[in-house]
Amino acid sequence: MTDHARGGGGGHDSREVILGRIRRALGPSGPGPGGSGAPVAPPIPRDYAVSHLPDTSEGTTDPVELLAENLADYRALVHRVDPAGLPALIARLLAARGARSVVTPPGLPDGWLPEDITRVPDDPAATAAELDAVDAVVTGCALAIAETGTIVLDGSPDQGRRRITLIPDHHLCVVRVPEQVVASVPEAMPRLVPHRPQTWISGPSATSDIELDRVEGVHGPRVLEVLLVGPTGTGAAGY
Amino acid sequence: MSGTFLGMPGRPGGGSRPTAPRDFPTAAEAAGRDATLRGNLRHATHTIRDKRARAVAELSDWPELRAAGAAIKDDVLLRLDSHLERLEAAVTAAGGTVHWASDAAEANRIVTELVHATGETEVIKVKSMATQEIGLNEALAEAGITAYETDLAELIVQLGDDLPSHILVPAIHRNRSEIRDIFRERMGEWGRAAPEGLTDRPAELAEAARLHLREKFLRARVGISGANFMVAETGTLVVVESEGNGRMCLTLPETLISVVGIEKVVPTWRDLEVFLQLLPRSSTAERMNPYTTMWTGTTDGDGPREFHLVLLDNGRTDVLADTVGRQALRCIRCSACLNVCPVYERAGGHAYGSAYPGPIGAILTPQLRGVGSELDASLPYASSLCGACYEVCPVAIDIPRVLVHLRERVVEGGEVTVRGSRVRLKPARGHAAERAVMRAARWALERPGVVRAGQRVAGRTRRLHPRRLPGPGAAWTASRDLPTVPAESFRQWWHRTRGPGGGSGAGDGDTSRKERS
Ligand code: SF4
Repeated sequence: MTDHARGGGGGHDSREVILGRIRRALGPSGPGPGGSGAPVAPPIPRDYAVSHLPDTSEGTTDPVELLAENLADYRALVHRVDPAGLPALIARLLAARGARSVVTPPGLPDGWLPEDITRVPDDPAATAAELDAVDAVVTGCALAIAETGTIVLDGSPDQGRRRITLIPDHHLCVVRVPEQVVASVPEAMPRLVPHRPQTWISGPSATSDIELDRVEGVHGPRVLEVLLVGPTGTGAAGY
Repeated sequence: MSGTFLGMPGRPGGGSRPTAPRDFPTAAEAAGRDATLRGNLRHATHTIRDKRARAVAELSDWPELRAAGAAIKDDVLLRLDSHLERLEAAVTAAGGTVHWASDAAEANRIVTELVHATGETEVIKVKSMATQEIGLNEALAEAGITAYETDLAELIVQLGDDLPSHILVPAIHRNRSEIRDIFRERMGEWGRAAPEGLTDRPAELAEAARLHLREKFLRARVGISGANFMVAETGTLVVVESEGNGRMCLTLPETLISVVGIEKVVPTWRDLEVFLQLLPRSSTAERMNPYTTMWTGTTDGDGPREFHLVLLDNGRTDVLADTVGRQALRCIRCSACLNVCPVYERAGGHAYGSAYPGPIGAILTPQLRGVGSELDASLPYASSLCGACYEVCPVAIDIPRVLVHLRERVVEGGEVTVRGSRVRLKPARGHAAERAVMRAARWALERPGVVRAGQRVAGRTRRLHPRRLPGPGAAWTASRDLPTVPAESFRQWWHRTRGPGGGSGAGDGDTSRKERS
């Protein structure tokens, strides 16, 4: 019962020490009235909701509407546009903030960006300081979660390395609607590939560390614009 | 800067850093005399508390999510060995290296050696309770390595040569003008100085922090983190944050070292769907926190080329050996229990004397470290057992029940596991710890707001451990199997057994005050 390998020396010894302590803590020799016999974990009750889309008088809420609402609630700037209007909208949004250079992930459709903008490829050899000098970044996404107002990036070719959406101060993220929108976190998990490095983004970076006053924009991009691209029904080029 | 905290002696060499308090009541009483601290704490805890209630009310299936969260964590604990072995295999297969640290000293040694191997003398850190628990920054400093905290609140704490006082908002005890003063006076010593004419507007202060830290992020080659979750099935680590400093630390450096408590493992990828709903709403009262990073080992060309995971025991297996106390290991560090705790609100975070303040600290610290010291023995008494912490806990830790259990241990002694070995603990009776315990209990009981109106906390005769809360405040005990009915209330018992004369505690930090009944 006594543990002779107290404190452990090398990492490997400690592995055995820790696993041994766990087994003794749980095993038949464990303490307490319930401490006899190997422990059995009860099944996990999974009767929580798959999603929480609120019902309205006209039926169930449209996930795309809810996504737009929740993104805006956390101070992302949301635009809706049909596919034909996307390049013009991107050009307008970049121009509005005076952006002259944009980091472009390798799989970003070429036609999305205006001709006159400097494209900075997502290059593993580039330094963080070089990225810091770029005005904006345009990416796609893996999916978006309506209930939480979240976009998920997973490093696919239209999204690039994690750092390109971190260092530039202005991020434009294109979400294809409705196909890339799921209602909830439980609906998102099976559609994501665990081994891909992921960044879940819900609004621009923020802090409430000073007297709990929310301040947007600490270290991540201070401006997050989400472009919902799909049939808008109105033919409008964004709002 | 505001003066020394809590009436604790300043650190030699200038800083005003509070040292660990001798026991809970001494520190709590000192905190109670600091009006600024009390005001800051009150404002902060009440604000988050109300917001959390609204965020939780949005989900009609909260009770089911909570039950699932508790069940998943119980499953983790009951098969912790096999989950860790699976995790190790998955992380290794994905290109990471796994290290095992049985205690703080070993974890610090491993991390120090890993940093030395990179040839670097500076590291950037994202807020991590585990590294605070083991005193990693201090250990690195002794080895000539400077660790820069990058969370805004941790930066405030580090620059102020201070200690964190809240899990989520470590600088909750500082108001904006104190923060401005700290930035003005100290930023220059650590790197880029604060801008001229810095005011105390939160947006300006945040901007000063952004500029100060940016140069560090861009040149850092080693990052150190903890993790909120580790998925055994896939080897994926998850860090949940708000500011983006976590993303900076996790993706820009060439080497990433994550120090994570062994209880942070979850069995499957799918399990994240439960915790990613429970955690943000419980902690920052958001539907989702601004940034969550998930990584699995290393990825070619994206993020650190080297990843080291240091699995930390440091007392956790001792907690696991206690069938009542082990539920404390379910904790996901959301801090909801702090924000509703009337004792925390009055005592402040530093009184708990560890990285873990509030109700969770009151049950976790004495188990991780044992109840040998006066401080740790007094912690289970830092509560009126009102039960608010249990009600808000997203993984349904029955904190009052564990408190009662630990009181029993303090008073009566008994078998406990210390660093894997069974030892017999002596009862506190007649020892120095007993006095600290008595004073802590009295401190909690004499605050009208702490003991809720109409509530009688009852104890079995001649024992220090109340078993059950009768009366209108008892809703939370209804489903509980605590043994039976006390004959007199704890306060009645207290007044009766404390002896005639009502001498207020013998401790020298104690201030005498009027008795209430
Ligand atoms: S004990 Fe529960 S409420 Fe408190 S920090 Fe841990 S998970 Fe949150």
